[in-house]
Amino acid sequence: MIFAILVLTSLGSFLGLLLSLASRFLRVPGNALREEVLELLPGVNCGQCGYPGCGGAADALVDGKASLALCPPGGAVLIRTLAAKLGRAPEGGDAGPPLLATIDESRCIGCAHCGKLCPTDAIIGAPKQIHAVFQDACMGCGACVEVCPTECLQMRPQTPTLTTWYWPKPVLQGA
Amino acid sequence: MRLHHFRGGVHPPGRKQFSADQPIQSLPLPARLYLPLQQHAGGPALPVVSVGQQVAKGELLARAQSAISAPLHAPSSGIVVDIGQFTAPHVSGLPIPTLVLDTDGEERWPEREPPPDPFGLDPEEVATRIGDAGIVGMGGASFPAAVKLSKARQAGVHTLVVNGSECEPYVTCDDRLMRERAAEIVDGATIMLHALQASRALVAVEDNKPEAIQALREACAHDPRFQVLSLPTRYPTGSAKHLIQLLTGLECPAGEPGTEVTGILVHNVGTAYAVQRALRHGRPLISRIVTVSGGAVAEPRNLEVPLGALAADLLAYCGGVSDDLVRVLSGGPMMGQPLPSLQTPIVKGSNGILALTAAELGPEQLPDPCVRCGRCTEACPMGLLPGEMARRVQHDDWAGTLAFGLNDCMACGSCAYACPSRVPLSQSLAHARGALAEQRRAEQKANYTRQLMEQRQARLARQEQAKADAAAQRRAAKDKKQRAAVTEEDDE
Repeated sequence: MIFAILVLTSLGSFLGLLLSLASRFLRVPGNALREEVLELLPGVNCGQCGYPGCGGAADALVDGKASLALCPPGGAVLIRTLAAKLGRAPEGGDAGPPLLATIDESRCIGCAHCGKLCPTDAIIGAPKQIHAVFQDACMGCGACVEVCPTECLQMRPQTPTLTTWYWPKPVLQGA
Repeated sequence: MRLHHFRGGVHPPGRKQFSADQPIQSLPLPARLYLPLQQHAGGPALPVVSVGQQVAKGELLARAQSAISAPLHAPSSGIVVDIGQFTAPHVSGLPIPTLVLDTDGEERWPEREPPPDPFGLDPEEVATRIGDAGIVGMGGASFPAAVKLSKARQAGVHTLVVNGSECEPYVTCDDRLMRERAAEIVDGATIMLHALQASRALVAVEDNKPEAIQALREACAHDPRFQVLSLPTRYPTGSAKHLIQLLTGLECPAGEPGTEVTGILVHNVGTAYAVQRALRHGRPLISRIVTVSGGAVAEPRNLEVPLGALAADLLAYCGGVSDDLVRVLSGGPMMGQPLPSLQTPIVKGSNGILALTAAELGPEQLPDPCVRCGRCTEACPMGLLPGEMARRVQHDDWAGTLAFGLNDCMACGSCAYACPSRVPLSQSLAHARGALAEQRRAEQKANYTRQLMEQRQARLARQEQAKADAAAQRRAAKDKKQRAAVTEEDDE
């Protein structure tokens, strides 16, 4: 009786130790695909996709629960790269030009709230001075829109310039 | 010299008879000139004058901002009235930063010493002077001429090709320049030979311009380094790559100009003329010859136009346009771009203003389906399959379009010209190029914003750390003070 208890206890504790060691040293670190998808996402955790940050969005993308067009800051380029990475067809790519933050200077009161939130430091301005958005650095996450007390900060489509304009796709008969 | 052959090409009707016999006339000086700050490939020029400033003819208005850029000079004396936005001579009709000059009609040149003999100068100095005169390729691409010359000299170029082929229909500005100012062109080419340290110059002219060939032969008879070649008339003979292939039989490698491989540099006759003006007379590039032609123009002409004159000024001087005008083009009908408005300026690269009627343009109707006849493939001088590429463009298959050689397409328009179904192949390919450029810009921007984000996070972390350090220091100082007080008390 004593002998049986001893054998089973020692066997149990030995195997338990083995399991705990294995779980510690032989652990598989997460889903590799998730990490790669996370690398493609902008990483600002703006929450526009409805998931808790870019990590949550990466989980949903890998599980196939989310649309490829979930990320407004990523734009059409992200849709294409995600489609290539995940082996899915690009969807919702015709969203038009990306939306960028613009400030209506006549209504800006220089409260300097927006600049603190901008993840890419794209808003230029000091307290009590009119602010401006440096459009080359704005990725359109929209984090600044909510805090503007005078609603002078709005998301607007990028204005076309000579460098961004190009011929539209021709319309073909029956195409 | 035996000529070789390039594949493809088309034979559009020349229609040069409208303006070929019209001698070059000067356009009366307009009251106001509009000078876009970017008239060349590369970075826009930076203004060095301010609004309200009086400038002399030929005075520097804007300097080159980087190695690949070109300065801009005042086409006439007058007052700078604005530096702002004005409609670009571009199909989009979008605005471009533009300097506006009100002319005073005095045409006053500043007092200047005559330039030194160019052949006594160092070749690099000659190239610098060409760059400082704001000279760019006058054939249409508008690449800064000095950059091309310096690079070619470093690459050991042995032959300069002076390109007077002018293969675009309607356009006759180079033809007239060669007929009337052949000696100046040859002199300019001789200066370029010196800048290049090259030993041979080939002047290439299509055989539909016999008077120009004759004039050039006479002008360069004294110099054994020169040879004037009469080339068969075919579009696009005037393309640098095809000219090199015609002359040497060598095909330029994809994705590069081919100057290094073949040892040949191609420059337009207009560029040679501008070089002569700059190095012999100290005159910067402030005017150019423009052909005003087309069925809707009352009196087609070749005009010497100050940069910044409006297309409307030119057409008005040529007797105005008739009611059957359908479209105005800047450049020739093959590669030119439709102008959205006549209130757009002449720039360094404008070679023609064409006002075309419906009869010349053909009926406006939707294209028929592609019948896979293969004529676009036969016409393509780059050996591509334009129809296949256009099909992929319709499905936004950019990788496929690139795999079929989109980057080798030189946008000559031969495919669209040859297509019996009027499929807008040129526009499809232009759309693909634009869409791919947009993708590249978006990727660059994504990388840039990612970098900005990381820098911001690093900065926030640094600030946090600095705050914590300061707090720790304060605590340590306070502790020390307290301990000191305690020991003092103990001592007492």
